[in-house]
Formats: sequence, C-alpha cells, structure tokens
Amino acid sequence: MSIVSRGFRGRRDDGADPARIPPGQYLTSDFPVLSAGPTPHTPLEEWTFSIVGEVDEPRSWSWEEFRALPSEEVTVDIHCVTKWSKLDTVWEGVSVDTLLEGIDTTAEYVLEFAEGGYTTNLPLEDVTGGKAWIAFAFDGEALAPEHGGPARMLVPHLYFWKSAKWVRGLELRATDEPGFWETNGYHDYGDPWREQRYWGD
Amino acid sequence: MAGAALLGRLTWQPAEVVEVVTETDRVRTLAFDVPGWPGHRAGQHVDVRLTAEDGYRAERSYSIGSAPDGSRIELTVERIEDGEVSPYLTDELRPGDTIELRGPVGGYFVWEPALGGPLLLVAGGSGIVPLMAMLRVRAAAGSNADARLLVSSRSWDDVIYREELDRLSGNGLRVVHTLTRSQPPGWTGHARRVDAEMLAEVGPGPAERPRAYVCGPTPFVEIVAGALVGLGHDPVAIKTERFGPTGG
Amino acid sequence: MDALMLDGNAVAGLLQEVFAVEMTTAIATCGACGAAEAIGGAHVFRGAGIVLRCPHCGHVLATIVEGETRMWMGLGGIRTLQMAMDVGSGPSGDRHRSY
Repeated sequence: MSIVSRGFRGRRDDGADPARIPPGQYLTSDFPVLSAGPTPHTPLEEWTFSIVGEVDEPRSWSWEEFRALPSEEVTVDIHCVTKWSKLDTVWEGVSVDTLLEGIDTTAEYVLEFAEGGYTTNLPLEDVTGGKAWIAFAFDGEALAPEHGGPARMLVPHLYFWKSAKWVRGLELRATDEPGFWETNGYHDYGDPWREQRYWGD
Repeated sequence: MAGAALLGRLTWQPAEVVEVVTETDRVRTLAFDVPGWPGHRAGQHVDVRLTAEDGYRAERSYSIGSAPDGSRIELTVERIEDGEVSPYLTDELRPGDTIELRGPVGGYFVWEPALGGPLLLVAGGSGIVPLMAMLRVRAAAGSNADARLLVSSRSWDDVIYREELDRLSGNGLRVVHTLTRSQPPGWTGHARRVDAEMLAEVGPGPAERPRAYVCGPTPFVEIVAGALVGLGHDPVAIKTERFGPTGG
Repeated sequence: MDALMLDGNAVAGLLQEVFAVEMTTAIATCGACGAAEAIGGAHVFRGAGIVLRCPHCGHVLATIVEGETRMWMGLGGIRTLQMAMDVGSGPSGDRHRSY
C-alpha cells in the first residue's frame, strides 16, 4: 500500500479516446528514449539489412538499395511496456512484406536482430500482411540515432520492445527463439490489449 | 513499514516535509523527517516515489545533501524544465506533505573522514549535492584534510550553496568556480566548461593520489572523468555519479 | 558516450531491497572479459527493463525487469559476485561437518 502524494499527477496527457489506450497505459506527448545499451553510430556505407535463416537464399540490402525500395508513410499508435503510449505517430518505412516478396519459406517465426546484440522474437504472421515496417523516418525527419536511426523495426500492434532499434535483419525460423527481453522476464508475445507484459501474463 | 526498517531491510517508508528552502531560482532544499532514519554516509542517495490518486507512479533518485542529523534529511532538487517529478518537488511540496522514500543507498560513491584526503570534488550543476554532504560531514568532523571543490554552474545566481561554500573555505578546503553561460561584472574567475587544464590547475595532481568524486549530468561526468584519466589520475581513484542526460 | 547512461548507483536501492545488503560495492567479474568491477561502477541503461553492462567491454552483466508482484533478474553475465560480510558472520569452527 503506498502513500498518495497530494497534488501529484505526473506528466501525463489527458483527452485521448480511452478506447485507444490499452489497459495500464498512460498517454504521453513526449517520446521517451529507452535503450538497453549505448547508441550505435554505424556509418551508412557499412549498414546492411539481411533476411537470413529458413530461406533458400539469404538476402541483403545496402543503405542505397534499401532506400530505393518502395516505402510508405504510416500513422500508428505505439505502446511501451513501461506504460507510456503515444498516439498518431507518423513514420516512413519499407513494409516487411516488400522485403519478403518472393521469398519461399516454411518458417513460422522471426527473430529480429539489431546492432549491439539486441534481439526480439515474434511469429512471422505478426510482421506480414501490412503489420510491420523497417522505419527510417519519424515525424517527417530522418530517424534520430537515439530513437533507433538510421532504421528500426516498427511493429505497432505489440509492445514497443518488439520493434528493435538499430535493426539489421530478420532471421526466419522454424521454431520460436526468445529474444533479449523475452529471456529476461518479458512476455514471449507482448499484446498490449491483453496486457501481456511479463512471463505468465 | 516501521518494523521492516528496524530489521535493517531496505524498503519504502513515509517521509514528511518539514521545511522547503529556496537555494536558487530553480533549486530547492527539501528537509524531511523520516521516522527511524538509521543515519547515512556522505554521498548516499534516496529513491523517491510519488503516487498519484489514480495509482500512477514515478520514481527518481536524489542525493542527500545534509550531514547526518537524527531523523532529518535534506534533499536538494533542481527543477528540470518539463520534468515529471522535479517540478512537483520544487514547486508543489509543502511542509506537512508526505512522500515515500527508500534509503539511504549507495556504498560506492561515499566519503567519510576516516578515508582521508586529499579530496578532489568536481560538480556540474546540481551534481554538487552529494559533494556538499561530503564537505558538511568533513566540517562537522573538524577535518582539515586537503579538499578541492571545482563547481561548474551556469551563472553566479545558479551556484547552489554559494554562501556556505564561502564560509567553509579555508581549513584545507579550496573552492573554485567556473561560470559557463554568464558572469557577473568584474568576474575574474573561470568562464568556460571544465577541461583538463582547469582540473590540472585546481589539483591535486596524480602524484598526490587524491580521491576524486565527480557528479553531475552524464555528459559532464564523461568529460571530466576522461580528462582526469588523461591527466594521469588512477581510474580506480575516480568515483562517478551520473545524473542522466539533464542532471538531478 | 551515451548521455542516458547511468552508474550502478542508480540501481543501488532496488538491489539492496532484494539482496538485503549494500550491493554497489559488490565486485562483479564480467563473464565475457573477466574484468572485476564494483557494481557501482557498472554502466546502467534503462530500456524496457534495466541493463547493467561491464564498463570495460560492454557485455551485459545483469538485467532487471520489475513487474507488479514479481521481479526478474538475469545474472548470467556475471561470472562471480564478491560481497563483503561482517566480521564474525562467516562460517566458524570446523568446516568438516558430518551429516
């Protein structure tokens, strides 16, 4: 039982349609910077994005090749497991469907891998069918390094730890392999609407 | 709660505000009465927890600025623009209000007179708080141990504990200020960010093997700690307390 | 250099609440590079959860995830943890017990 501090509200926003805020979340107009490690600063000439694993031929794109792919602007709500939600965020990115076009695979799972060793896992069907992007711009500007730039994963229907910053590729897998946070207490799937934050939720 | 504290187990406990003191425009010292407070060491901090009526919670850590004084402790807090917790602490809290805190904690960034000097204390803005606790404990113990404090502040009006630092100077303590954004008329002191040259001038040098404590915003601490190592100080003798991107 | 990075001090309260002893002076040996460093000197990052990294090689020493009623600590990156004990509280007398 904790003591209520008279007059304390915190820096939360009001006025959103409650139906858009998942259980246990609070609305923010900030964009908190949360990171499991130091911000990488890989030069774009060295950046690559790869699809590896359960594929006939691994694929890889350089930054120029990646930016030459068709991209789209999307407006989505995002929800962080640390309880803040941000509505109507505007991103530009390449749909994962575009990157997987023409790839034959029996994989049912995906492991996102990022610089610094961060990984996060999801079912393949959660990144296909228009549900996920590799985003390179936020709010009309190139994605800042502290927010995952040059490119990060964007999977808005799951808690935002499933959207790896500084993403460098996807490993297609036949079996589910828990990623960094899933190994250390966070939920394997992470649906904010069922409040799947932790193991066993 | 009181039972747990008596057992020595660290947990959240209520603290009542007994006094609010204005240090500078942006900075307040909050004095709390904490029943059962076991005492603390200079450099330690407390975790503060605030709970809103709907259960929303926020937690932050604040260094204890005061020397041990029974059940009374003082936190000196800088209001961060758009901060979530600090504006509440500096602008809203009144004597009689209660918050929750957990502490004292931290055995790594501490100094006590028995450790002796020479001491090299480097503070960026509100990073001075734990270092002030060290100087207050030093004064209370009647210690003459060689101590140098280098304080970086935006302006003369932003220097926290300014008068007290002046009073404590002497008896082995030397205080050097640098004002990075604006200086008062006739200012002859430093007017730039802390760098290796300034640290070398304030001393002591590495040959005297000082204990160094550096506290302030993370970028400040990075630069100062790096400069000290570059001057030849043993990294093991440099303790840091990073406050994060914006400080306290 | 990361402006967000903190020292191990930032998790002193949390660790002491769990371990019941002061932990920032505990010495952790990094499982990757073998460096021994006080937890207070570890680099702390706040992501979805808390990450403690070796200040020498960046390897993840420990992770902390706080739920409502449970907490998870991943300690796999620490090879050994050395903690101070009070004098007299260690094993006494003949250690060759018979069971």
